[in-house]
Amino acid sequence: MTTPVTGAAAPAATAYLDVRDLRVHFPTDDGLVKSVDGLSFQLAKGRTLGIVGESGSGKSVSSLGIMGLHTVGQYGRRKARISGEIHFDGKELLTADPEEVRRLRGREMAMIFQDPLSAMHPYFSVGHQIAEAYRIHHDADKKTARKRAVEMLDRVGIPQADRRVDDYPHQFSGGMRQRAMIAMALVNNPSLLIADEPTTALDVTVQAQILDLIRDLQKEYGSAVIIITHDLGVVAELADDILVMYAGRCIERGPAEQVFYHPQHPYTWGLLGSMPRIDRAQTERLIPVKGSPPSLINVPAGCAFNPRCPYADKPEGGLTRTRRPELAPVPGQENHHAACHLPPGERTRIWTEEIAPKL
Amino acid sequence: MFAYIVRRLFAVIVMLLVVTLVTFGIFFAIPKLTGTDPASLYVGKQADPATIEGIRQKLGLGQPILEQFWHFVTGIFAGRDYTGGGTSDHCPAPCFGYSFRTEQAVWPVLTDRLPVTLSLAGGACVIWLLAGVSTGVVSALKRGTRIDRAAMVTALAGVSLPIYFTALLALAVFNNQLGWTKAEYTPFGEDPGAWFSGLVLPWITLAFLYAAMYARLTRATMLEVLGEDYIRTARAKGLTERVVIGKHAMRSTMTPVLTILGMDLGALVGGAILTETAFNLPGLGQAAVTAISNRDLPLILGVVLIAATAVVLANLVVDLLYAVIDPRVRLS
Repeated sequence: MTTPVTGAAAPAATAYLDVRDLRVHFPTDDGLVKSVDGLSFQLAKGRTLGIVGESGSGKSVSSLGIMGLHTVGQYGRRKARISGEIHFDGKELLTADPEEVRRLRGREMAMIFQDPLSAMHPYFSVGHQIAEAYRIHHDADKKTARKRAVEMLDRVGIPQADRRVDDYPHQFSGGMRQRAMIAMALVNNPSLLIADEPTTALDVTVQAQILDLIRDLQKEYGSAVIIITHDLGVVAELADDILVMYAGRCIERGPAEQVFYHPQHPYTWGLLGSMPRIDRAQTERLIPVKGSPPSLINVPAGCAFNPRCPYADKPEGGLTRTRRPELAPVPGQENHHAACHLPPGERTRIWTEEIAPKL
Repeated sequence: MFAYIVRRLFAVIVMLLVVTLVTFGIFFAIPKLTGTDPASLYVGKQADPATIEGIRQKLGLGQPILEQFWHFVTGIFAGRDYTGGGTSDHCPAPCFGYSFRTEQAVWPVLTDRLPVTLSLAGGACVIWLLAGVSTGVVSALKRGTRIDRAAMVTALAGVSLPIYFTALLALAVFNNQLGWTKAEYTPFGEDPGAWFSGLVLPWITLAFLYAAMYARLTRATMLEVLGEDYIRTARAKGLTERVVIGKHAMRSTMTPVLTILGMDLGALVGGAILTETAFNLPGLGQAAVTAISNRDLPLILGVVLIAATAVVLANLVVDLLYAVIDPRVRLS
C-alpha cells in the first residue's frame, strides 16, 4: 500500500487553488469551536492533494469552506465565522458575491461526499439528481440532461445505465451509489473535485475500484483533486502531495513520497504506525496514537499535539507546552514543511532509528 | 399495487363491520343487560306496556342480538321493512333506521348534515395548511430570531386556547361588534357568497388550532431535514436556495405533514363538535351532540359509522399517497 507516488512536487507558478490562512470558527453555547485555524495550501490543476487527519481535525470543514457551504443555509443560527483567503482560478471566494460562488459550485468545483446513501435525496431518482446538477449550470432541456445523466452513469461504470437512470438511490448498491455520486459531481466537468472520504462507507474491494475511477477521471479531465481521508492507504494510492491536519491546523505537508518515507512530525509517525500493512509481519501490533483528539474549544497551549506526543519533553524549557510551532521547511527536502519543536536532526534520528524499523 | 388496494379495501370493510358491531352492541345489547329497554327510550317514560311491546316487535328488539345486528347490516345495503303493531314501514337502502326522536330516517339526516361538516373541514383545511406550513417553514429558516419566537408563541396559543374560547371571542368581535360576518349556515348551492361569509369565522377558528399544530410540526421537520446530507449535496450542486428549500427540503418535510393531515381530516369529518356547536352549524358533530343528549340511538350509530368510515378511508388514502411520495415505500 505504500507504493510511492511518482513525480516530485513542483509548486505551480500560479496556483489554481490557493488557500491562505483559512479559519472557520463556529460559535456554540460552550464556546468558540476553532474547527480550522489558519490553514494554507496550494493546489495546481491536474494534481491531487491528500488531506489526512483524525475525525474532527478540520478536514471536511475546510473543504466545505472552499465550496462556500458554510455561508449558505445558515438560517437564523449563529453563523460560522470564516476568515482568510481562498483564491480559486484567480478569484477570491470569501469576498465574492455568494451568488457568484453558487454558480461556481457544482460547475467549476464539485464535491463527492462520504455516505452516498444519505447524501442523495431518497425521493428523487438517481438520473433526476444528476440531470438536475447539469441543468442548473447548462441551458439544456430535460431530454438532453437525461441523456447526459445516462452518459455519465455509463462513464462511471454503471451497467445498463439507460435503465438504471430511473432507479432511486435505495435501489443501488453502496458502490453503485458512490459511482452515481461521482457521476453527479463530474457531470459539469469541474476543474476542482473534492472527495470527502469517498471510500469510507464502502467495502474494500469496491474501495479500490472507486479510487481507480477517480484517478482515471482525473487523468481524463485534468482536474485538481483534493482527497480527504483518515486512511493513509487511500492517500498513498492517489495523492501527489499530502497535508496532515491536527486540531484545525496543518502540522506537516509535502510531496507524498517524502511524507511517507521521511515523515517529520510525531503525529504523522503515529498515523503511519496505526496503518495496517500487508507486508508487515503479523507478530507486530498496530501502534495507535495514544489519547484522543483535543477539544477544538480549548486547544492545548503550545503544540496542540503535546498531550499525546511521546517526545513532548525533548525540547528544552517546556517549549512544546508554551509556544505553538510554526510550519517550517524541512532542511534538505524541497517543499516539505513540518510544525514541530524537535530539531530536524533529532526528528530524522528518531524516525530512522526508533520508528521506521517497527513499521 | 392493485392487489394491495383490494386487500386494503377488504380490511376497511372488516374494520367497519367490527366498529358497527361494537357500537351496535353498546347501544342495543348493554342496555338490555342493565335492564334498560331500548324500546322505552323510543317511546318515552309515560308509555303503556302495550305500546312498548308494539315498538319492541316493530324494531325487532326481542330478537337475539346477533339477529338484530344482521338485520341492521343488511338494512344498510338492501333496505328493510319494519313490521309490527299493525303497521309496516319500508326503509329504503341505505337504511340506518329511524331517529327515536324525530322519526325521520337517519340516512337523509346524515346526508343533509355531511355537506356542512365537509364545508367546514375542507375550508379550514385549506387555511391551516397554507398558514401552518408556511409559518413552519419561515420559522425554521429564521430559527432563533424574533420572527421565529413570535410565530412559535402564537402557535402555542393556538394549541392551548380551547375552541369554545376562540370561537366565542371571534363571534363577539367580528359578528356582534363589527358585524362583518353572519353566524348562519347557507348551503353552497343556494348562495356561495353567504356560504362563504357564514363559514369564514368557523374556518379561521378551527384552522387556528390546526395551523398551530402544523406550524410546529413543519418547523421541527424542516429543521431536521435541513440538517440532512442530501440538502448539503443539493447546495454543493450549485442549486439556488429556492430550489434547495422549495423542492428538496419541502418534499421530505411534507411526508409527516401528510400523515397527520389524513388522520385529522378523517377525524374532522366525524364532526368538529365544538366548532359546530359554537357557531351553530348544522353538521354531523352537532347532530351527534343532539343525538347523544336525546338518547337517539340510531342517529348516534349513524354518525359513528360515518366518522369511522371517514377515518379509515383517509388512512387508506394517506398510505397510497405515501407510495407516490416516497419511492422507498412499496405497497405489498
